[in-house]
Amino acid sequence: MADLLSLFVRTVFIENIALSLFLGMCTFFAISKQVKAAFGLGIAVIVVLTITVPLNNLIYNFVLKEGALSWAGLENTNLKFVGLITYIGVIAAAVQILEMFLDKYVPALYNALGIFLPLITVNCAILGASLFMIEKNYNFSESVVYGFGAGFGWALAIVLLAGIREKLKYSDIPEGLRGLGITFIIVGLMSFGFMSFGGILL
Amino acid sequence: MKAIPAKETRKLLFTPIIENNPIALQILGICSALAVTVKMDVTLIMCIALTSVITLSNFFISLIRHYIPDSIRIIVQMTIISSLVIIVDELLKAYAYEASKELSVFVGLIITNCIVMGRAEAYAMKNPPIKSMLDGFGNGLGYSFVLLVVATVREIFGNGTFFGLQVMPESYQVNNFLLLPPSSFIIIGIMIWVIRSFSKSQVEEVENPLKAHTFKPLTVKKEVQSG
Repeated sequence: MADLLSLFVRTVFIENIALSLFLGMCTFFAISKQVKAAFGLGIAVIVVLTITVPLNNLIYNFVLKEGALSWAGLENTNLKFVGLITYIGVIAAAVQILEMFLDKYVPALYNALGIFLPLITVNCAILGASLFMIEKNYNFSESVVYGFGAGFGWALAIVLLAGIREKLKYSDIPEGLRGLGITFIIVGLMSFGFMSFGGILL
Repeated sequence: MKAIPAKETRKLLFTPIIENNPIALQILGICSALAVTVKMDVTLIMCIALTSVITLSNFFISLIRHYIPDSIRIIVQMTIISSLVIIVDELLKAYAYEASKELSVFVGLIITNCIVMGRAEAYAMKNPPIKSMLDGFGNGLGYSFVLLVVATVREIFGNGTFFGLQVMPESYQVNNFLLLPPSSFIIIGIMIWVIRSFSKSQVEEVENPLKAHTFKPLTVKKEVQSG
Protein backbone atom coordinates (compact mmCIF):
# COMPACT_ATOMS: atom_id res chain seq x y z
CA MET A 1 0.00 0.00 0.00
CA ALA A 2 2.77 2.42 0.94
CA ASP A 3 4.47 1.51 -2.30
CA LEU A 4 1.43 2.45 -4.30
CA LEU A 5 1.05 5.72 -2.43
CA SER A 6 4.64 6.69 -3.09
CA LEU A 7 4.21 5.69 -6.74
CA PHE A 8 1.22 8.02 -6.90
CA VAL A 9 3.08 10.96 -5.38
CA ARG A 10 6.05 10.29 -7.62
CA THR A 11 3.87 10.22 -10.74
CA VAL A 12 2.02 13.39 -9.88
CA PHE A 13 4.91 15.56 -8.76
CA ILE A 14 8.33 14.20 -9.59
CA GLU A 15 7.55 12.64 -12.93
CA ASN A 16 4.71 14.92 -13.84
CA ILE A 17 3.64 13.82 -17.27
CA ALA A 18 3.18 17.32 -18.63
CA LEU A 19 5.91 19.28 -16.93
CA SER A 20 8.71 16.73 -16.59
CA LEU A 21 8.06 14.34 -19.44
CA PHE A 22 6.48 16.86 -21.81
CA LEU A 23 3.64 14.73 -23.07
CA GLY A 24 0.33 15.99 -24.33
CA MET A 25 1.84 19.37 -25.03
CA CYS A 26 -0.25 20.22 -28.10
CA THR A 27 -3.53 20.17 -26.24
CA PHE A 28 -1.75 21.57 -23.20
CA PHE A 29 -1.02 24.77 -25.12
CA ALA A 30 -4.20 24.86 -27.16
CA ILE A 31 -6.85 24.36 -24.48
CA SER A 32 -5.33 26.29 -21.59
CA LYS A 33 -6.81 29.71 -22.18
CA GLN A 34 -9.62 29.30 -19.66
CA VAL A 35 -9.65 27.46 -16.37
CA LYS A 36 -13.07 26.00 -17.01
CA ALA A 37 -12.21 24.32 -20.29
CA ALA A 38 -8.85 23.22 -18.90
CA PHE A 39 -10.58 21.61 -15.94
CA GLY A 40 -13.00 19.70 -18.19
CA LEU A 41 -10.18 18.41 -20.33
CA GLY A 42 -8.19 17.51 -17.23
CA ILE A 43 -11.02 15.36 -15.89
CA ALA A 44 -11.41 13.67 -19.26
CA VAL A 45 -7.71 12.84 -19.34
CA ILE A 46 -7.84 11.38 -15.82
CA VAL A 47 -10.79 9.16 -16.76
CA VAL A 48 -9.28 7.95 -20.01
CA LEU A 49 -5.84 7.30 -18.52
CA THR A 50 -7.25 5.39 -15.56
CA ILE A 51 -9.03 3.09 -18.00
CA THR A 52 -6.51 2.67 -20.81
CA VAL A 53 -3.26 2.20 -18.88
CA PRO A 54 -4.49 -0.85 -16.91
CA LEU A 55 -6.17 -2.18 -20.06
CA ASN A 56 -2.94 -1.97 -22.01
CA ASN A 57 -1.14 -3.50 -19.06
CA LEU A 58 -3.41 -6.56 -19.22
CA ILE A 59 -3.00 -6.84 -22.97
CA TYR A 60 0.76 -6.57 -22.70
CA ASN A 61 1.03 -9.16 -19.95
CA PHE A 62 -1.38 -11.70 -21.36
CA VAL A 63 -0.99 -11.34 -25.10
CA LEU A 64 2.04 -9.40 -26.29
CA LYS A 65 4.90 -10.17 -23.91
CA GLU A 66 7.40 -12.85 -24.78
CA GLY A 67 5.91 -16.16 -23.73
CA ALA A 68 2.72 -14.43 -22.62
CA LEU A 69 0.61 -16.61 -24.87
CA SER A 70 1.65 -19.80 -23.06
CA TRP A 71 -1.90 -20.09 -21.70
CA ALA A 72 -3.00 -20.65 -25.30
CA GLY A 73 -0.32 -23.25 -25.94
CA LEU A 74 1.99 -20.90 -27.86
CA GLU A 75 5.18 -20.91 -25.81
CA ASN A 76 7.61 -19.02 -28.02
CA THR A 77 5.57 -16.24 -29.51
CA ASN A 78 6.71 -12.69 -29.04
CA LEU A 79 4.22 -10.17 -30.33
CA LYS A 80 6.00 -7.10 -28.97
CA PHE A 81 6.45 -5.59 -32.42
CA VAL A 82 2.72 -5.04 -32.89
CA GLY A 83 2.65 -3.26 -29.53
CA LEU A 84 2.28 0.29 -30.79
CA ILE A 85 -0.59 -0.44 -33.12
CA THR A 86 -2.35 -2.44 -30.41
CA TYR A 87 -2.07 0.23 -27.76
CA ILE A 88 -3.36 2.96 -30.01
CA GLY A 89 -6.20 0.69 -31.12
CA VAL A 90 -7.11 -0.02 -27.50
CA ILE A 91 -7.03 3.69 -26.72
CA ALA A 92 -9.18 4.64 -29.70
CA ALA A 93 -11.67 1.90 -28.91
CA ALA A 94 -11.77 2.72 -25.20
CA VAL A 95 -12.40 6.39 -25.90
CA GLN A 96 -15.16 5.53 -28.35
CA ILE A 97 -16.85 3.14 -25.92
CA LEU A 98 -16.52 5.61 -23.08
CA GLU A 99 -18.12 8.26 -25.25
CA MET A 100 -21.08 6.06 -26.11
CA PHE A 101 -21.45 4.89 -22.52
CA LEU A 102 -21.46 8.43 -21.16
CA ASP A 103 -23.87 9.55 -23.85
CA LYS A 104 -26.35 6.87 -22.81
CA TYR A 105 -26.01 6.71 -19.04
CA VAL A 106 -24.39 9.91 -17.77
CA PRO A 107 -25.55 12.64 -20.14
CA ALA A 108 -24.52 15.42 -17.76
CA LEU A 109 -20.90 14.28 -17.78
CA TYR A 110 -21.11 13.63 -21.51
CA ASN A 111 -22.14 17.19 -22.15
CA ALA A 112 -19.34 18.47 -19.99
CA LEU A 113 -16.64 16.29 -21.56
CA GLY A 114 -18.21 15.77 -24.98
CA ILE A 115 -16.01 17.90 -27.18
CA PHE A 116 -12.82 16.88 -25.41
CA LEU A 117 -13.17 13.13 -25.67
CA PRO A 118 -12.35 12.68 -29.38
CA LEU A 119 -9.41 15.03 -28.95
CA ILE A 120 -7.97 12.75 -26.35
CA THR A 121 -7.34 9.82 -28.69
CA VAL A 122 -4.56 11.77 -30.33
CA ASN A 123 -3.17 13.18 -27.11
CA CYS A 124 0.37 11.93 -26.69
CA ALA A 125 -0.03 11.83 -22.92
CA ILE A 126 -2.39 8.88 -23.22
CA LEU A 127 -0.18 6.76 -25.46
CA GLY A 128 2.92 8.00 -23.67
CA ALA A 129 1.66 6.84 -20.28
CA SER A 130 0.99 3.38 -21.68
CA LEU A 131 4.45 3.21 -23.21
CA PHE A 132 6.13 4.37 -20.01
CA MET A 133 4.09 1.85 -18.03
CA ILE A 134 5.45 -0.92 -20.25
CA GLU A 135 8.99 0.39 -20.17
CA LYS A 136 8.93 0.45 -16.38
CA ASN A 137 7.34 -2.96 -16.17
CA TYR A 138 4.54 -2.14 -13.76
CA ASN A 139 2.18 -4.85 -12.55
CA PHE A 140 -1.57 -4.49 -12.72
CA SER A 141 -2.24 -2.63 -9.46
CA GLU A 142 0.73 -0.36 -10.07
CA SER A 143 -0.57 0.41 -13.53
CA VAL A 144 -3.94 1.50 -12.14
CA VAL A 145 -2.21 3.89 -9.75
CA TYR A 146 0.18 5.03 -12.47
CA GLY A 147 -2.66 5.74 -14.90
CA PHE A 148 -4.62 7.72 -12.36
CA GLY A 149 -1.57 9.56 -11.09
CA ALA A 150 -0.40 10.49 -14.57
CA GLY A 151 -3.85 11.84 -15.43
CA PHE A 152 -4.05 13.72 -12.15
CA GLY A 153 -0.64 15.29 -12.70
CA TRP A 154 -1.54 16.36 -16.22
CA ALA A 155 -4.86 17.85 -15.07
CA LEU A 156 -3.10 19.70 -12.26
CA ALA A 157 -0.57 21.15 -14.66
CA ILE A 158 -3.10 22.33 -17.25
CA VAL A 159 -5.36 23.93 -14.63
CA LEU A 160 -2.36 25.76 -13.14
CA LEU A 161 -1.29 27.00 -16.56
CA ALA A 162 -4.81 28.12 -17.43
CA GLY A 163 -4.95 30.06 -14.17
CA ILE A 164 -1.77 31.88 -15.07
CA ARG A 165 -2.92 32.56 -18.62
CA GLU A 166 -6.19 34.04 -17.43
CA LYS A 167 -4.26 36.59 -15.40
CA LEU A 168 -1.82 37.12 -18.23
CA LYS A 169 -4.47 38.91 -20.27
CA TYR A 170 -3.89 41.97 -18.14
CA SER A 171 -0.20 42.31 -18.79
CA ASP A 172 1.57 44.21 -21.50
CA ILE A 173 3.75 41.74 -23.35
CA PRO A 174 6.18 42.54 -26.21
CA GLU A 175 4.42 42.10 -29.52
CA GLY A 176 6.17 39.03 -30.84
CA LEU A 177 5.86 37.17 -27.58
CA ARG A 178 2.11 37.58 -27.23
CA GLY A 179 0.09 34.41 -27.06
CA LEU A 180 2.19 31.40 -27.84
CA GLY A 181 5.66 32.78 -27.14
CA ILE A 182 5.05 33.89 -23.58
CA THR A 183 3.13 30.69 -22.88
CA PHE A 184 6.17 28.65 -23.83
CA ILE A 185 8.35 30.64 -21.47
CA ILE A 186 5.83 30.35 -18.64
CA VAL A 187 5.59 26.61 -19.10
CA GLY A 188 9.38 26.48 -19.05
CA LEU A 189 9.45 28.29 -15.71
CA MET A 190 6.66 26.09 -14.30
CA SER A 191 8.58 23.09 -15.42
CA PHE A 192 11.68 24.32 -13.57
CA GLY A 193 9.47 24.71 -10.54
CA PHE A 194 8.33 21.13 -10.80
CA MET A 195 11.93 19.98 -11.15
CA SER A 196 12.53 21.02 -7.59
CA PHE A 197 10.46 18.01 -6.56
CA GLY A 198 13.12 15.90 -8.24
CA GLY A 199 15.31 15.49 -5.20
CA ILE A 200 12.59 13.94 -3.08
CA LEU A 201 13.18 10.30 -2.33
CA LEU A 202 10.16 8.20 -1.61
CA MET B 1 -0.89 12.48 -63.52
CA LYS B 2 0.07 16.07 -64.24
CA ALA B 3 3.48 17.30 -63.22
CA ILE B 4 3.42 19.87 -60.48
CA PRO B 5 4.86 23.29 -61.44
CA ALA B 6 8.20 24.04 -59.84
CA LYS B 7 6.83 27.13 -58.15
CA GLU B 8 4.16 25.19 -56.37
CA THR B 9 6.63 22.52 -55.34
CA ARG B 10 8.79 25.19 -53.81
CA LYS B 11 5.83 26.66 -52.01
CA LEU B 12 4.75 23.30 -50.63
CA LEU B 13 8.24 22.54 -49.44
CA PHE B 14 9.37 25.82 -47.96
CA THR B 15 6.38 27.66 -46.51
CA PRO B 16 6.19 25.30 -43.54
CA ILE B 17 9.74 26.15 -42.54
CA ILE B 18 9.34 29.78 -41.47
CA GLU B 19 6.06 31.23 -42.63
CA ASN B 20 3.80 28.46 -41.47
CA ASN B 21 6.01 26.50 -39.15
CA PRO B 22 4.16 23.58 -37.57
CA ILE B 23 5.71 24.11 -34.15
CA ALA B 24 6.03 27.86 -33.93
CA LEU B 25 2.74 28.81 -35.51
CA GLN B 26 0.37 25.88 -35.65
CA ILE B 27 1.27 24.60 -32.13
CA LEU B 28 1.62 21.03 -33.33
CA GLY B 29 4.06 18.31 -32.39
CA ILE B 30 5.63 20.07 -29.47
CA CYS B 31 6.01 17.09 -27.16
CA SER B 32 8.94 15.48 -28.87
CA ALA B 33 10.50 18.85 -29.69
CA LEU B 34 11.31 19.24 -26.03
CA ALA B 35 12.43 15.90 -24.85
CA VAL B 36 14.84 14.79 -27.55
CA THR B 37 16.88 17.93 -28.14
CA VAL B 38 19.82 17.49 -25.79
CA LYS B 39 22.24 16.04 -28.33
CA MET B 40 22.50 16.72 -32.04
CA ASP B 41 22.89 13.13 -33.23
CA VAL B 42 19.81 11.87 -31.40
CA THR B 43 17.82 14.87 -32.57
CA LEU B 44 18.88 14.30 -36.16
CA ILE B 45 17.69 10.69 -36.03
CA MET B 46 14.37 11.80 -34.57
CA CYS B 47 13.98 14.39 -37.35
CA ILE B 48 14.71 11.83 -40.06
CA ALA B 49 12.28 9.38 -38.46
CA LEU B 50 9.49 11.93 -38.27
CA THR B 51 10.06 13.34 -41.72
CA SER B 52 9.98 9.90 -43.33
CA VAL B 53 6.86 8.90 -41.41
CA ILE B 54 4.97 12.07 -42.29
CA THR B 55 6.01 11.96 -45.96
CA LEU B 56 4.96 8.34 -46.39
CA SER B 57 1.81 8.59 -44.32
CA ASN B 58 0.63 11.61 -46.29
CA PHE B 59 1.32 9.69 -49.50
CA PHE B 60 -0.53 6.52 -48.50
CA ILE B 61 -3.46 8.29 -46.89
CA SER B 62 -3.86 10.44 -49.95
CA LEU B 63 -3.77 7.36 -52.19
CA ILE B 64 -6.76 5.80 -50.49
CA ARG B 65 -8.51 9.04 -49.57
CA HIS B 66 -11.54 8.31 -51.75
CA TYR B 67 -12.12 4.96 -50.10
CA ILE B 68 -11.95 5.99 -46.46
CA PRO B 69 -15.41 6.32 -44.91
CA ASP B 70 -15.69 9.63 -43.16
CA SER B 71 -16.86 8.25 -39.84
CA ILE B 72 -13.85 6.02 -39.22
CA ARG B 73 -11.16 8.07 -40.92
CA ILE B 74 -9.21 8.79 -37.74
CA ILE B 75 -8.78 5.09 -37.04
CA VAL B 76 -7.77 4.37 -40.63
CA GLN B 77 -5.22 7.19 -40.55
CA MET B 78 -3.90 5.97 -37.26
CA THR B 79 -3.49 2.44 -38.49
CA ILE B 80 -1.45 3.62 -41.45
CA ILE B 81 0.65 5.93 -39.32
CA SER B 82 1.28 3.37 -36.61
CA SER B 83 2.32 0.72 -39.14
CA LEU B 84 4.88 3.16 -40.53
CA VAL B 85 6.08 4.04 -37.06
CA ILE B 86 6.51 0.37 -36.19
CA ILE B 87 8.70 -0.06 -39.28
CA VAL B 88 10.80 2.96 -38.31
CA ASP B 89 11.05 1.74 -34.73
CA GLU B 90 12.21 -1.73 -35.74
CA LEU B 91 14.71 -0.26 -38.21
CA LEU B 92 16.16 1.97 -35.51
CA LYS B 93 16.41 -0.95 -33.11
CA ALA B 94 18.28 -2.91 -35.75
CA TYR B 95 20.67 -0.27 -37.08
CA ALA B 96 20.90 2.49 -34.46
CA TYR B 97 20.34 0.70 -31.19
CA GLU B 98 22.02 3.28 -28.94
CA ALA B 99 19.99 6.13 -30.36
CA SER B 100 16.78 4.15 -30.16
CA LYS B 101 17.47 3.52 -26.46
CA GLU B 102 17.93 7.23 -25.91
CA LEU B 103 14.81 8.15 -27.82
CA SER B 104 12.93 5.52 -25.76
CA VAL B 105 9.21 6.07 -26.09
CA PHE B 106 9.46 9.10 -28.31
CA VAL B 107 9.70 7.12 -31.53
CA GLY B 108 6.43 5.42 -30.60
CA LEU B 109 4.94 8.77 -29.84
CA ILE B 110 5.33 9.83 -33.47
CA ILE B 111 1.98 8.07 -33.87
CA THR B 112 0.24 10.67 -31.80
CA ASN B 113 2.43 13.48 -33.00
CA CYS B 114 -0.09 16.08 -33.96
CA ILE B 115 1.86 17.18 -37.03
CA VAL B 116 1.43 13.79 -38.66
CA MET B 117 -2.25 13.51 -37.78
CA GLY B 118 -2.85 17.15 -38.55
CA ARG B 119 -1.35 17.04 -42.04
CA ALA B 120 -3.14 13.79 -42.83
CA GLU B 121 -6.43 15.32 -41.80
CA ALA B 122 -5.94 18.79 -43.23
CA TYR B 123 -4.02 18.10 -46.41
CA ALA B 124 -3.69 14.47 -47.46
CA MET B 125 -7.43 13.80 -47.26
CA LYS B 126 -8.08 16.48 -49.87
CA ASN B 127 -5.11 16.46 -52.23
CA PRO B 128 -3.46 14.09 -54.72
CA PRO B 129 -0.66 11.78 -53.53
CA ILE B 130 2.45 13.50 -54.91
CA LYS B 131 1.41 16.91 -53.64
CA SER B 132 0.58 15.46 -50.25
CA MET B 133 3.95 13.80 -50.14
CA LEU B 134 5.67 17.13 -50.78
CA ASP B 135 3.52 18.79 -48.18
CA GLY B 136 4.43 16.10 -45.67
CA PHE B 137 8.10 16.47 -46.48
CA GLY B 138 7.89 20.25 -46.13
CA ASN B 139 6.25 20.00 -42.74
CA GLY B 140 8.83 17.45 -41.69
CA LEU B 141 11.49 19.98 -42.63
CA GLY B 142 9.74 22.70 -40.66
CA TYR B 143 9.67 20.45 -37.63
CA SER B 144 13.30 19.45 -38.11
CA PHE B 145 14.31 23.11 -38.45
CA VAL B 146 12.98 23.99 -35.00
CA LEU B 147 14.36 20.85 -33.41
CA LEU B 148 17.81 21.27 -34.89
CA VAL B 149 18.05 24.91 -33.85
CA VAL B 150 17.03 24.04 -30.30
CA ALA B 151 19.44 21.11 -30.20
CA THR B 152 22.30 23.22 -31.58
CA VAL B 153 21.83 25.87 -28.91
CA ARG B 154 21.50 23.28 -26.18
CA GLU B 155 24.45 21.16 -27.18
CA ILE B 156 26.88 23.98 -27.92
CA PHE B 157 26.15 26.11 -24.88
CA GLY B 158 25.05 23.36 -22.54
CA ASN B 159 27.76 20.86 -23.24
CA GLY B 160 30.36 22.72 -25.30
CA THR B 161 30.16 20.13 -28.06
CA PHE B 162 28.56 19.77 -31.47
CA PHE B 163 27.77 16.27 -32.74
CA GLY B 164 29.94 15.07 -29.87
CA LEU B 165 32.99 17.11 -30.97
CA GLN B 166 34.42 19.75 -28.67
CA VAL B 167 33.77 23.16 -30.23
CA MET B 168 33.95 25.51 -27.30
CA PRO B 169 37.40 26.36 -25.85
CA GLU B 170 38.44 24.37 -22.80
CA SER B 171 38.01 27.40 -20.59
CA TYR B 172 34.30 27.65 -21.43
CA GLN B 173 32.19 27.01 -18.39
CA VAL B 174 29.31 24.82 -19.57
CA ASN B 175 25.83 26.04 -18.82
CA ASN B 176 24.12 23.06 -17.24
CA PHE B 177 20.90 24.99 -17.17
CA LEU B 178 20.53 24.34 -20.87
CA LEU B 179 20.85 20.61 -20.45
CA LEU B 180 17.76 20.53 -18.29
CA PRO B 181 14.65 19.76 -20.32
CA PRO B 182 12.63 22.89 -19.39
CA SER B 183 15.19 25.15 -21.04
CA SER B 184 13.96 23.97 -24.44
CA PHE B 185 10.61 25.64 -23.71
CA ILE B 186 12.38 28.92 -23.18
CA ILE B 187 14.52 28.50 -26.31
CA ILE B 188 11.43 27.78 -28.41
CA GLY B 189 9.65 30.75 -26.82
CA ILE B 190 12.51 33.04 -27.80
CA MET B 191 12.61 31.51 -31.28
CA ILE B 192 8.94 32.31 -31.72
CA TRP B 193 9.68 35.85 -30.64
CA VAL B 194 12.44 36.16 -33.24
CA ILE B 195 10.32 34.67 -36.03
CA ARG B 196 7.40 36.90 -35.17
CA SER B 197 9.42 40.06 -35.00
CA PHE B 198 10.43 39.43 -38.61
CA SER B 199 7.04 38.42 -39.93
CA LYS B 200 4.58 40.65 -38.15
CA SER B 201 1.55 38.93 -39.61
CA GLN B 202 2.06 36.07 -37.15
CA VAL B 203 1.65 38.28 -34.10
CA GLU B 204 -1.37 37.25 -32.09
CA GLU B 205 -3.97 39.79 -31.09
CA VAL B 206 -4.68 39.38 -27.42
CA GLU B 207 -7.67 41.12 -25.97
CA ASN B 208 -6.64 43.06 -22.95
CA PRO B 209 -9.72 44.01 -20.94
CA LEU B 210 -7.86 46.82 -19.23
CA LYS B 211 -6.55 48.43 -22.37
CA ALA B 212 -10.00 49.25 -23.64
CA HIS B 213 -10.54 51.56 -20.72
CA THR B 214 -7.21 53.13 -20.07
CA PHE B 215 -5.57 53.45 -23.45
CA LYS B 216 -6.50 54.65 -26.86
CA PRO B 217 -7.11 51.82 -29.34
CA LEU B 218 -3.76 50.36 -30.24
CA THR B 219 -2.21 51.16 -33.58
CA VAL B 220 -0.75 47.72 -33.83
CA LYS B 221 -3.45 46.51 -36.16
CA LYS B 222 -2.49 48.93 -38.86
CA GLU B 223 1.12 47.82 -38.75
CA VAL B 224 0.03 44.26 -39.22
CA GLN B 225 -1.87 45.11 -42.36
CA SER B 226 0.90 47.16 -43.90
CA GLY B 227 3.63 44.73 -42.92
